[in-house]
Amino acid sequence: MLALDLALKSLRNRAFSTSLTVGSIALSVALLVGVENVRVGMRESFSNTISQTDLIVGTRGGTIQLLLYSVFGMGSPTANLSWDTYREWAEHPAIEWTIPYGLGDSHRGYRVIGTNEDFYRHYRYRGGQEIALAEGRAGSEVFDVTLGADVASELGYGLGDQVAVTHGIGEVGFLNHDQLPFTVVGILARTFTPVDRAIYVTLEGIEAIHFGWEDGAPPMPGEERTQEEVLAMEEIEITQVTSFFVGATNRRDVLRLQREINDYEDEPMMAVIPGLALNEMWQGIGYAETGLRLVTIFVVLVGLLGMLVSLYTSLNERRREMAILRAVGAGPGRIVALLVLESVCLAAAGALAGLALVYVLLSAGQPIVEAQVGLFIPIRPPGPVEWLFLGAVVTAGFLMGFVPALKAYRTALHDGLAVRV
Amino acid sequence: MSLAVDVQRLRFRYGRGPWVLDIPELTLEQGARAFLFGPSGSGKTTLLGVLAGVLEPDEGKVGVLGRDLASLSGAQRDAFRAEHIGYVFQMFNLIPYLSVLDNIALPARMNGGRRARLDGTSVKEAAAQLAGHLQIGDLLKKPVTELSVGQQQRVAACRALIGAPELIVADEPTSSLDFDRREAFLELLFRECERAGATLMFVSHDRTLEGMFSRSISLPDINRAES
Repeated sequence: MLALDLALKSLRNRAFSTSLTVGSIALSVALLVGVENVRVGMRESFSNTISQTDLIVGTRGGTIQLLLYSVFGMGSPTANLSWDTYREWAEHPAIEWTIPYGLGDSHRGYRVIGTNEDFYRHYRYRGGQEIALAEGRAGSEVFDVTLGADVASELGYGLGDQVAVTHGIGEVGFLNHDQLPFTVVGILARTFTPVDRAIYVTLEGIEAIHFGWEDGAPPMPGEERTQEEVLAMEEIEITQVTSFFVGATNRRDVLRLQREINDYEDEPMMAVIPGLALNEMWQGIGYAETGLRLVTIFVVLVGLLGMLVSLYTSLNERRREMAILRAVGAGPGRIVALLVLESVCLAAAGALAGLALVYVLLSAGQPIVEAQVGLFIPIRPPGPVEWLFLGAVVTAGFLMGFVPALKAYRTALHDGLAVRV
Repeated sequence: MSLAVDVQRLRFRYGRGPWVLDIPELTLEQGARAFLFGPSGSGKTTLLGVLAGVLEPDEGKVGVLGRDLASLSGAQRDAFRAEHIGYVFQMFNLIPYLSVLDNIALPARMNGGRRARLDGTSVKEAAAQLAGHLQIGDLLKKPVTELSVGQQQRVAACRALIGAPELIVADEPTSSLDFDRREAFLELLFRECERAGATLMFVSHDRTLEGMFSRSISLPDINRAES
């Protein structure tokens, strides 16, 4: 313990360079651990976008594509499913509930989703949280619209405002359904998922604005309906959905159900398991993750190299000290131990300070990040990954300590007791 | 009387350089107070390094307290030095980040043999006792950077003496002191060496102190190496 005592006192004696070194290691470790936390947070909020849905069903195509347009509001569907097909599956005994989605329209860049009360009843995100209303009610009439939290706050809409829907998906649409405006009846509570950036109408509403659009082009003069005409209709027949979410009666049936849907012969369709598809998608993004991690590891190495430089350059002014230690009986091994210990102490102090810094920054920044970016970064006690990082930093400090230590060892052997200052 | 130092046919050089030491014979009786003198560059410090077991001789026998250092491994020489030899440098003797007390206690904390010879008193008490003898008892808590040169040399002497090593080696410890302080320092050093029964090997280029010693050795006379 003498060596540790000496190492600590020696470091304290050089308080300024010690604190600079510890500071730079702490910053680099904070970056490493912070990036890891953000990464985990991103991954979790990503895979928490949707929960408790067993299958997502849409027309045949890419699994990721289906996931993107159904869950993330990105990309476009290629084709729709017929309403009859949807109903047939919705009645399937192995299926407990479904949420139908009709996609393809937008409002000022935000996706419009046609759905029904099943959305409010069954949609779950982040470990089973339900969709809640911040204001008003869930839309149920033809021209009712419910806004996601971001849509309402960014466009400044409130209850009673009129919303015109644009045909197609894009910031600037030129084919508007503006003769048939919707009225805001509800605003959803914030979920920090893509739900916040969507606009929810009824499937009937989607049908209504597409009267006369059956061929994909705007209706010929005379084919379009006025709002009064639509409202006067007794029933609006729903003809199609884009995709639907499925909750199975029994989880064990999911794979069988998926195969059954994929093999359905009357219409080309496919089912994906959201968890698997999300994983597959995340792996695609994984390269960026690895790159980011590599960069932070290099930053830590630079921090440790700074320590190495500081210890190494201090050796010259410490030759006297080494000679004294030799004279009172310290073998070269003790000199090595002293310097390696100093290096380990610096690395360990830096690693712990860095970890503390991460928690300080996380607890200060968590609400801000959540509000600004919609990314929820959980604060947890340091887990195996953090300890692994810290262990690696201390080990690196230990190994690097041998560089100045061996230099001091050689100097000590050569100088003997004569100190050439 | 047995010999504290018994050097025979010693030759030493740094690496492949010229011979620095070539000493046919040098002996020192136990309990002697020897004065070793010679001009700068005559190999005084090198000889002390060899006697302390820090430098390994190329040839010859280096008998210290009955052991031939030349036959010991580096680690054995380090352990031997820690236990049996107290060393005082010319100046800058102290480790700057340790207090006076910690500096004095260092050899006793480093070596069990030195600790064992404290006769039951704690390292701290022994250090305080020695400091009292050398009249620096009131400085124990001070950082060494606040001491005068004379005070520093006394702390160094305490450190060399703690745990009663048999051989005290002092490399011009008084050269940075004024004349009357030199004598006072030497008086204290002699008294403590006597109390501990230690042999003293005192090196200087300043022969005004020579008269205070029991034995006087001229290094240029016994060293045949060209300097």
